[in-house]
Parts: sequence; C-alpha cells; structure tokens
Amino acid sequence: MENIISGIAYVLGDNIDTDQIIPAEHLVYSTSDKEELKNYGRFALSGVPVEQAGLPEGGKNFITSDDYKSQYSIIIGGSNFGCGSSREHAPLALSVAGIKAVVAESYARIFYRNSIDGGFLIPFESPMKLNCAINTGDVVEINVEENTIKDLTTGFRYSLNSLGSVYEIAQAGGLFEYARKSGMLEK
Amino acid sequence: MGMTITEKILSKSAKRLKVIPGENVWLNVDVLMTHDVCGPPTIDIWKREFGKDAKIWDKNKLVIFPDHYIFTSNPHANRNVELLRQFASEYQLPNYYDVGTDRYKGVCHIALAEEGYNVPGTVLFGTDSHTCTSGAFGMFSTGVGNTDAAFILGTGKIWEKVPESMKFTFDGVMPPYLTAKDLILQILGDISTDGATYCAMEFDGEAIHSLSVYERMTLTNMAIETGAINGIISVDDLTREFLSSKCRQDYEVFYSDPDAKYLNKYNYDVSKLEPLVAKPHSPDNKDTVRNVQGTKLTRCYIGSCTGGKITDFEFAAGILCGKTVKAPTFIVPGSTLVAKQLEERKLNGISLKDIFLNAGCNLAQPSCAACLGGPSDTFGRAVDGDTVISTTNRNFPGRMGSKKSGVYLASALTVAASAINGVITDPREFIL
Repeated sequence: MENIISGIAYVLGDNIDTDQIIPAEHLVYSTSDKEELKNYGRFALSGVPVEQAGLPEGGKNFITSDDYKSQYSIIIGGSNFGCGSSREHAPLALSVAGIKAVVAESYARIFYRNSIDGGFLIPFESPMKLNCAINTGDVVEINVEENTIKDLTTGFRYSLNSLGSVYEIAQAGGLFEYARKSGMLEK
Repeated sequence: MGMTITEKILSKSAKRLKVIPGENVWLNVDVLMTHDVCGPPTIDIWKREFGKDAKIWDKNKLVIFPDHYIFTSNPHANRNVELLRQFASEYQLPNYYDVGTDRYKGVCHIALAEEGYNVPGTVLFGTDSHTCTSGAFGMFSTGVGNTDAAFILGTGKIWEKVPESMKFTFDGVMPPYLTAKDLILQILGDISTDGATYCAMEFDGEAIHSLSVYERMTLTNMAIETGAINGIISVDDLTREFLSSKCRQDYEVFYSDPDAKYLNKYNYDVSKLEPLVAKPHSPDNKDTVRNVQGTKLTRCYIGSCTGGKITDFEFAAGILCGKTVKAPTFIVPGSTLVAKQLEERKLNGISLKDIFLNAGCNLAQPSCAACLGGPSDTFGRAVDGDTVISTTNRNFPGRMGSKKSGVYLASALTVAASAINGVITDPREFIL
C-alpha cells in the first residue's frame, strides 16, 4: 500500500449497492482470463442511475465509450457503500477500472472485507460525509499515515478514520499475503 | 456478564472460553457453501494461492449448488457450471448437486436446509450474502467473497470480527394475513438498510417460535438487508422436529444468557402489525399495503430464497385457489423438493401446481431466476418500465433486470392478492 494515493475523484450518493457497482448479468465473465477480465472494468458502476452518476451534477459516465479503464481513481461515497450481495466482483470491477481507494462514511461488511482481503482497493471511512464536500473531477490526495484526504482543487483537507485492525492486511496487500507474512501459511 | 447465542457459537468455533464483540478471531469453519456465480472465481483464487499442491481442507464440508444462472443460453454462464462440474469430478466431491441430474436441488439456501447441512451450534460460510438464512437453525452463518472462501477452502479457517448483538422480540399471535416477510419489512423500515451493520440480529418471542422453520428462514434471510452479519433464532421443538429427518449428526444447542449484552432491543406486538411493502428502490422504503393499494402492476413474482419456499406457495395458493390473475404472474419454486411438493400438496382437492396453472400463472423450474435479473433470457426478468410486486429480497435500481423498472417487495399473500386484481391489494380482501 502506497502512503500517498492520489487521483481524480468520482462522487456517488448513499447506499451504492453491488448491483449498481456491477449488475448481476455481468457476473459471468472469467476473473482469471486477462481479456475477459476487462469486461468487469467496462461495466463497473453501469448500474448507477444516470442522474446520480458523478455528483453533484450527475450524468457523468464513469467509463467512457468502450474503454475498461476510468479516468477516475478514487471514489467518494456516502453511507452504507457496497451494500447487497457478496459478489467480490464488485471491488474487483472497480479495481479493474483503475480505482485505488474508496472514501465513504460507512460500508456494508462484505464489500469492506472483500476490498481488504482481496487486496483490490483500500476502503477508507470518513467521520463525516464527504460526498457533499468533494465534487466529481476534483483532484484529491489521500495520506495513509496521516489519515487525511486533501481536495487539491479546493484546498480543503478532511480527516479519515484509521484503518484499525485491518491495516496489516491492507498493508500486506490482502489476506493471503498477510497470512504468509504472519506465518499462518507457508511462504 | 453473560453471552449471546452468537457469541457462544463463535467462542466454540474459535476454541475460546469467551469472545468479546469488536475483537477479531479466527474461526474453524464447519461448512463452506458456494454456487455457479462465485464458485469458479473462488476455485481460481484457491489454485493461484495454494499452487499445484492445493488441497481442499475437508471435502465433506464443501457443498456446491449450481443455482443462479442455470436455464440460460448464455455461454459464459454455462461455462461456469461446466467449471464446477469439472472441479467436482476432478476432486471427487461428495456434495456437488449438478444441474441436469436427479441430484439437482435449486436455490442454495433452501437446499442447505432440506439436505441437512444446517446444524445448530455450527459455523457455516457461503459465497452468497443470503447465507445468513441458515441462522434460523440456531447456528452462525454468513456470506463472504471469493478470496475469503478460497482461504477457507484451503485452510478451513477465516477471521471474523465478533459482532455486537441486537434483539428483536415479537410477541402475540400471528394474524392469518401476516407472514414473516411483513415482520422483516417492519424491522427494515424501522432501522434502515444499515441499521444493523456488522451486528448479529437475534429474533425471539412467542410469535417467532410459533412460526414454521421455513417462515423463520425468511427473517434470517433478510438480516443482510439491514447490514447484519448474521440472523439467528434459537432451537425449539419445531427446529428439532424439522431436523429429526434431515440432520446427519448430533448437535449442540446454545441459548443467549439472560444477562447477555445487547446493543439494542426492539419489541413488537404482532397483533398490531399489518401487511407491508418495501417500495422502489430500497428494502427499507416501508409502507403499508393499504397506502399503496391500487398501484397498477405489470408483473407479479413469487420465488427466490426469501419467498420461494413451500410455505410461501401455500400462502399464495390459499388466495389464488379458484381465481385467475390479471397481471402476468411468475412462479419459481426454490428447490426441486418444493417443485415436487407443489404437485403433491393439495388444497380443496387440487394440487398447488394446478391452482397456479388454473389461475393463469407461469411456472418455471427451480433456480434463482429473476430475483437478481440474470442473463437476458432469464425467466420472469423485468423489462423496460415494469412495475413488479415480488416476494424476493432486494429492490435496488435494476435488481430484477431493468433499471427503468420499479419493484415492490411483499409477502406471498400480498403478491397473490395483487396478482388477482392486477393492482397492489391488501391480502385481507381475500382472507376472512
């Protein structure tokens, strides 16, 4: 895990469920075949209603044309991000599209676990809702050690909650790497 | 300080005398369940991480039900079932229930109960968020992703944060127009879709223990819709009776201590509750059926792990017997056993299956079908601006297949009553 995570922000509302992150009809592609995997990036966030895609204005495509990489690399959400199904394809799809971190007020348990244990992205919690303070297109910079996010477009800095007990798994890059490092699994 | 039933089961699984909410513990898993959507990527991760020497920790504890995308021409979906088939064959898995054979069961959460995998006091993980359904049997069960499942597949272990518990007590006698679905929609409306995030939901009270085991599964099934890690109901005589013909092993029964600590306690009197819906587009968007009565419907759906159990079809048949539907109505039995029971069980001398066919309903083979949309040729899938009333569990935007559609969640009684009138209808209109 890098100490500084920076990029362009994509802002979403509350209760972004896993059907919005990756609609169920797309859960058929291989996750190990490199070419098929690109479909997860291509359809990432394709279930988000148009008016809520890229707040505050909405109507901003996360993926443009037929690409599988997004110009955005950090998602700013509200409460209960990633609610719904257990599909690990959700953080996987965001990761394939180039998302490195999500900042949200709160998460659904399985999405949070999958993000950390699968090593797809870092789910940061913010003590207050930042999806009303940061706009889609702002350039933001997360400092992991300081637990802060700075909006370089507006100059405002906000605090983040510490990763707490999952820090070591995130730092290792996922559950398997953590288990090898800590001696639970053979290297 | 005493412990809750969830804390006691997790203590046993972690081989500890006591666990404390908030601490991370390593659990020993009793059963791992997977299906056609998450099985193949789980196997991929397991092979990648454990390499050539990858070993399944205990073949007898791995259960695989293809159930999600079964009756489709989608080549990717069919390939995923083929991957499961090859895996089961290569490793000689005893608990693989292949589609196209007489071993096929249907929706995993219902099949786990029917096939005796739900054992009180044990710990079950599954690659599906509705794995919490099994908690109706006084056990700890929850959903995980593919990486966690791959880790369990190779080691039999997984870390978990011990949850705080919330208690929901329902007293009184269940009126005939009310079902477990109405109770969980009431809770969702009261605490919202993140009201129990990372908590254990414990259901108790005379109304809960008067419910059949299948009805209890509706409550624990939708615990995930509040963000809960698990839902749980302690064992009683009805559970024991259900298990007597199915459970292959002895089991240990746990109860919460009288002085166990709860984050919150909610109390309800079921005689004061009434039939409810969750309006589009969230399971906590609660309203009474009365308030939305008359809403025109283009589709009615009875099926899924939540609302495709035999008890749901008995509710629906009671209303639909001798009537015809005005809105297209789709019936999907949760399992092959349920499909068989629809033919065997009768009401007024007519089989439940014939009651539905005579009413003009469309019947399909058991699977998850349109509960989660699925491939474009999925039976019952919502199209365009459909207005659907459904016994399923989620009505997120696009969940049943079309982003333009709106889905109302309701009990099988309410769906059946609404199917007859073609508009949302209070089941009390048909229940004297």
